[in-house]
Amino acid sequence: MSVPPFLVLDGLDKSFGGHAVLRGLSLEVGKGEVLALLGPSGSGKTTALRLVAGFEAPDRGTVRVGGDDVTGLPPERRRFGMVFQHYALFPHLDIAGNVAFGLDGRLSREETARRVAAALALVDLPGFERRRVGEISGGQQQRVALARALAPEPRVLLLDEPLSNLDPSLRERTRRELRRAIERVGITTVLVTHEQEEAFHLGDRVAVLHGGRLHQAGSPEDLYERPATRFVAGFVGRASGVVGTLEPDGTVLLAGKGGPVCWPGTAAPELEGAAPGTAVELVVRPESLAFQSPGTPGALTGRVTERRYAGTGTYYLVLLDSGEVEVLAGVSAARPGDEVAVAPADRGPAPRIFRWQNSGLSASVPVARSLR
Amino acid sequence: MTKRFPLAAVAVALLLAWIVGYPLLMTLVEALGGSSGGVGWTLEHFRQFFARPDEWIALWRSLWISAASVGLAALVGVPLAFLFERTEFPGRRFLGAVAALPVALPPLVGVIAFLFLYGESGLVSRVVQSVLGLAQPPWRLAGPGAILLVHAYSMYVYFYLFTRAGLARLDAALLEAAASLGAGRARTLFRVTLPVLRPALVSAALLTFMTSLASFSAPYLFGGSFRVMTTQIVASKLNGEVAMAQVEAVMLAALAILGLWALRRTDRAAGATGVRGVAPARRELRSPLARLGTGALGWLLAAVLLLPHAMLLLISLVPPFTWTTEWIPPVLQLSNWAALFSQPEKLRPVLNSLWMAAASTAAALALGFLAARLSVVRKGFLSGSLEWLIALPWAIPGTVFAVALATTFGVSQPWLGRFVLIGTPAILPLAYLVRSLPLTGRGSIAGLRALDPALEEAAASLGADRWRRLWRVVVPMLRPALAAGAGLAFITALGDLIVSIVLYTYDTRPISMEILSSLRLQDLGMAAVYSVLLMTASAAAFLLWMRGEAR
Repeated sequence: MSVPPFLVLDGLDKSFGGHAVLRGLSLEVGKGEVLALLGPSGSGKTTALRLVAGFEAPDRGTVRVGGDDVTGLPPERRRFGMVFQHYALFPHLDIAGNVAFGLDGRLSREETARRVAAALALVDLPGFERRRVGEISGGQQQRVALARALAPEPRVLLLDEPLSNLDPSLRERTRRELRRAIERVGITTVLVTHEQEEAFHLGDRVAVLHGGRLHQAGSPEDLYERPATRFVAGFVGRASGVVGTLEPDGTVLLAGKGGPVCWPGTAAPELEGAAPGTAVELVVRPESLAFQSPGTPGALTGRVTERRYAGTGTYYLVLLDSGEVEVLAGVSAARPGDEVAVAPADRGPAPRIFRWQNSGLSASVPVARSLR
Repeated sequence: MTKRFPLAAVAVALLLAWIVGYPLLMTLVEALGGSSGGVGWTLEHFRQFFARPDEWIALWRSLWISAASVGLAALVGVPLAFLFERTEFPGRRFLGAVAALPVALPPLVGVIAFLFLYGESGLVSRVVQSVLGLAQPPWRLAGPGAILLVHAYSMYVYFYLFTRAGLARLDAALLEAAASLGAGRARTLFRVTLPVLRPALVSAALLTFMTSLASFSAPYLFGGSFRVMTTQIVASKLNGEVAMAQVEAVMLAALAILGLWALRRTDRAAGATGVRGVAPARRELRSPLARLGTGALGWLLAAVLLLPHAMLLLISLVPPFTWTTEWIPPVLQLSNWAALFSQPEKLRPVLNSLWMAAASTAAALALGFLAARLSVVRKGFLSGSLEWLIALPWAIPGTVFAVALATTFGVSQPWLGRFVLIGTPAILPLAYLVRSLPLTGRGSIAGLRALDPALEEAAASLGADRWRRLWRVVVPMLRPALAAGAGLAFITALGDLIVSIVLYTYDTRPISMEILSSLRLQDLGMAAVYSVLLMTASAAAFLLWMRGEAR
């Protein structure tokens, strides 16, 4: 990271009623950087955000901003702006009243009005001052919430699932507007989301949380092409896995019809120093696999169980002896029931090798997970 | 569902109009002299009303007593609501429920209990008198102060319950948003919490204002020469000044409608958005001193609130004329209770009240539900007037209705829909029925509105006809709301004094009238026995209501 850390989360632990929600979370955010906390529900991402905002106190660990320890500071003295999931606009105040709420009460009336107008202009809602909260659309409420959070010129901006309350059709446009507004202000931002697309679009860096632990923090490319854990590989993007054993040259030996074959891949950090013969899972993106003509060396043979047309490509589920894989191919490459040969393609990210964790399920690892 | 039954809706609307709207109209007409046998249309009665300073004063007193009751009730109820909803301390749940008890006491019973406790020869007064060695009782429980004391005791509960409900619905994110924008606790309270609670506070103020405007028992027993409109009307009626009573009733109704309108108007601006959210967490009181203090205060409060109930029970065990100057009654026995069950004349009022309350509640339940269903199913003028007719007896004080019913059903003009019911056993149940309609009907309307229409459609698609849908789907779903409305209607009728004092006959005298005559005969024990009966029935109905609300 080139920029020096501005917001630092250091060893945060938090449990509710004996249930650990966060375990030793440490993260650094550079000044002006946008960090997206990505994770499924229950991963602890919202708790992390609330610890930063000061609505909850950590059991252990500190939160520092620009060198100051703010862990014991109540939220009203942190100067962090927050946009809530359901916006939490004050229903009894009009738009101007909401945006002016956080401004210094000693400001003159003209100065307050000027700042409110500037904040509303920033989110492309000029002239909305006298409207009431109930009269504007969900997307506009979201932007008012952003204007309200930014008006007091906070040190850090926090966004809790900022787009989850919007219609899918509105979400992408609002996301672009949000991205532009944050860029214009250049404010250090932490946002929480369970949608990978949102995290990739808005975040300069993305931190994946699961079970209260940080699994990986890095650029979207890092997460997609070099996932650090099996969870990240499955949660970010589409991936399927086949089970085999580690060869001395770092490839994975896969048994089954058409095999045995050795498929290449890059080893995850957890495999450092693993002995040859270790049971491993080769996790591969659909675009990194291709159909081959039967009998091609290095290809495994399996049966197509499902074909799913998705516009930009067509996905085929193929049941191999070592697992079920998803293959991206042409519209009419195969039909369900066909016997096909599958081999690594010369496109897409290199497959990633993880230690095999027998979860008690069969070798067919959950695939084709939908992120919606 | 299907839009049928226009005939039934018209019939129900006409029936409601006849028993609710028509008597009020007849009162206005007769106050203006416009009835057969009268002197013809005239403003003479109104001129007389405005010429008498007494009347002006009573009108003004009704107004300021009601306004002061609102202020006092808010002063007690709102802080209590914050204490019980926003902080956590030992005994919070139990004490929080006890704090709602006074509302369950029928007004007359509350007044009697206060008389026994704080009256000139009441327990507390005696203790204070002998501790301080005074020759005279330390205070007189009379006049506006006494009325306001009773009002504050029974009506703070509206503010308490409404504020608690509002706080429980408050979105915690609003408070967090205020904090993240730099607002401290005081600023958050005054700039966010209270403004967001405004609809709840206005509703409580409205309810308190209307209740104390219609309040009769406290002014009747404590007021003496301090007359408010309700006692003024009854005095005029008992003095045989029928026309004056009618004018006064019209004026009180006008005042009630004016108050309703004014309070509704202040509520116009509050536009709550339906954002869902999580209620804020209760603040655990950490400091041991604060916990101890709050706990002690809470138990003291519970003692003060439960003292009236305990006092009634105690007095009911004191035989007549055995308790004179002692602090504690020297003799306690069940003779009063034995008398109740051994002397038919003493049991009679109880049986009267029971059957009249049961009959009126059953009728109010059926009529209220029917009107509600017809008004929810159809839209338009008919539906609006049904809803309006159901709600009207809530806005108009009971004394006004008593005079209106006495006016309308005291003469025989069958072609005008007027029959002589005064002096018959039918008049009190009819009066109770009218007064109960808002309790059963409004609950039904709310319940029916909240009912997912898909449920009935599902039943229909499974082959259930109209009656089966009603009995197997709608009524079971609404049972908590119906039971709650019926319970409240029953206890209101059982303990009613307001309309009974104007309309009762000796043969159908209700419990409340018997309490008054026991008091007059200095038979405090019997008065307490009847009060305990009413108190117990009310507590049972109140618990039923709380259960219905909790759903």
